[in-house]
Amino acid sequence: MTDLSNPVPLTKPRSQWLSVWDQFKQHKGALMGGGFLAFITLAVLIGPYIWTLDPQKLDIRNKDLRPIFNAIWDSDAKVSWAHPFGTDNLGRDGLSNLLAGGRTSMAVGWAAMLLTLGIGTSVGVIAGFFKKLDGPLMRLTDLFLSLPILPLLLVAVTLFRQPLRANFGPEGGMFILIVAIIGITSWMPTARIVRGDILALKEREFVLAARSIGTRPGAIIRRHLLPNVISPIMVSATLGLAAAIITESALSFLGVGFPSDFPTWGKMLADAVQRMEEFPERVMLPGIAISLTVLSVNYLGDGLRDALDPRIRGR
Amino acid sequence: MLTFTIRRLVLSVPTLLFISLIIFLLLELAPGDPMAQVPLTVPPEVKEKMREALGLGQPTHVRFWKWLVQFFWIEPQVMIDHYFGTTYAEGDLRVISWQTRSPVMDIVVQRIPQTLWVVGTAYIVGILIALPIGIYSAYRQYSVFDQCGTFVTMVGFSIPPFFTGPLLIVVFSVQLGWFPFIYDTTHKVTDWDSFVYQFRQMILPVMVLALQTTAQISRFMRASMLDNLNQDYVRTARAKGLSEAVVVTVHVLRNSMIPVVTVIALGMPAIFGGAIITEQVFSVNGIGSLLIGALFANDLPMVQTLTFIFAILIVFFNLIADILYGILDPRIRYD
Repeated sequence: MTDLSNPVPLTKPRSQWLSVWDQFKQHKGALMGGGFLAFITLAVLIGPYIWTLDPQKLDIRNKDLRPIFNAIWDSDAKVSWAHPFGTDNLGRDGLSNLLAGGRTSMAVGWAAMLLTLGIGTSVGVIAGFFKKLDGPLMRLTDLFLSLPILPLLLVAVTLFRQPLRANFGPEGGMFILIVAIIGITSWMPTARIVRGDILALKEREFVLAARSIGTRPGAIIRRHLLPNVISPIMVSATLGLAAAIITESALSFLGVGFPSDFPTWGKMLADAVQRMEEFPERVMLPGIAISLTVLSVNYLGDGLRDALDPRIRGR
Repeated sequence: MLTFTIRRLVLSVPTLLFISLIIFLLLELAPGDPMAQVPLTVPPEVKEKMREALGLGQPTHVRFWKWLVQFFWIEPQVMIDHYFGTTYAEGDLRVISWQTRSPVMDIVVQRIPQTLWVVGTAYIVGILIALPIGIYSAYRQYSVFDQCGTFVTMVGFSIPPFFTGPLLIVVFSVQLGWFPFIYDTTHKVTDWDSFVYQFRQMILPVMVLALQTTAQISRFMRASMLDNLNQDYVRTARAKGLSEAVVVTVHVLRNSMIPVVTVIALGMPAIFGGAIITEQVFSVNGIGSLLIGALFANDLPMVQTLTFIFAILIVFFNLIADILYGILDPRIRYD
């Protein structure tokens, strides 16, 4: 017979997040991805205060400087320590442009990801929890899934640019437009996953117990259901962040994104394509920045998925 | 199965109608004015006449209805006329582009072969590379090949086409000078030399598009193979003395292909959309660049028709994926 005299366990119960972290540490790629994402986020946040050159400042005398590392293999290259990443055809500093562009790209990425999660989670929770709304909301999700996203993005951005610019200024209007459009067109996978999990969870005993002591639906959702669907939400957050950064850069690349004097990574890449024979580094630097960021986010997502899956975590 | 197919087909009609309404209303709400390019010296009453000539005078629902009739009733008739020499559509008004004042569908039909050639080849090449990589990665899980393959597919998954495109151009066209970096759509294949030229100019855009496809599909293939390799029936097959090759290629592969085939079908319309960027990078004169050109020129009938064609592709391939799933996997019964 079990000993009931000492019901208090000897060791403190292990927090769930500690074992998640243990599993996450196993995945080297995810660890590096997370580290790099933190690095690049800090760099674009703090960087402009350390590297204080104005990205918009024209310095025609120092135009077309090559990055400093070009001097390694080409001793005649026009380089200057004052501009370690070179300057563009108007003499704007490469490094400060990269930092400013990263700021925009990351801001759009994070904001669009949060909006996507917000819409996706609410639709998923409502559809899963309230039976009456399940049918219509899921039909709506299916409908959105069969919309041609990239063409519609292009259409919306091109056609609604003017009024938003007039109301919120050229940068602010474009930011709102791009974030809103990415959010509206990419919430569907999150909604589906969350709905599936909620459908399974709401039949569990703890929800029944909560209901039987008179907890209101809102409180059940907030206190009992949402904490339990946090892991699929986190995984789709990483996917959403990567997709949002790529979409913003693609729009800027096609020339329908932010105004031309406002640097973003996609914009810098698109501007540099014209003269990439002479200055390949101007394509490479923003391109590598986009790719590394997206790669690290994807690895982070892979690691999170493994770490948050209890079936894998035990092994 | 047949009832399911018919039910899905019937259901896709309201879906498509609703999508076309959404696109129409989006364009309707948009503040762009097709008369914006007309000089200011043109008097307002003339502008009003021009507006009516474009069919803009009537209320929204009438124009939506007219567009529906033109797209679903008159355009198919035009197609029948074209193939059988009949005259059903004679004198009927077709969807007219505001840019060129010629029927939208004629331009689309001219542009589609370019896109299909590049996108189609890229998709096939991507699948052909992806399947062996996925199969072998899964078979030798955690081997060096698997580690490298997973890393490369992850990289391919993450690098956007508007970066790989210029990158490949810099390396292969500028530095090495192997391939042309602009796709010449007027080029016609007549003899061996022109075929070689066509082949060379297709390599770069196909590589860019195929990288995306390969990355996605080989990840799916690997995951699906891994799911199946530990199943009981694989042990049974090995226990009764079948060779490893037969076990992997016949037993495991056939079962793992079920989800992969549907993913391939679902990826088809996405690749059309993704080709918009690649077409822009390599100046391929396909429907992607047609859409962008029409957008910048405020050519709403063209934009509406093209976006709707993309929507049809998505709905159609979703349907195909669902049906394929039912046919390939006898465990799945829709009714």
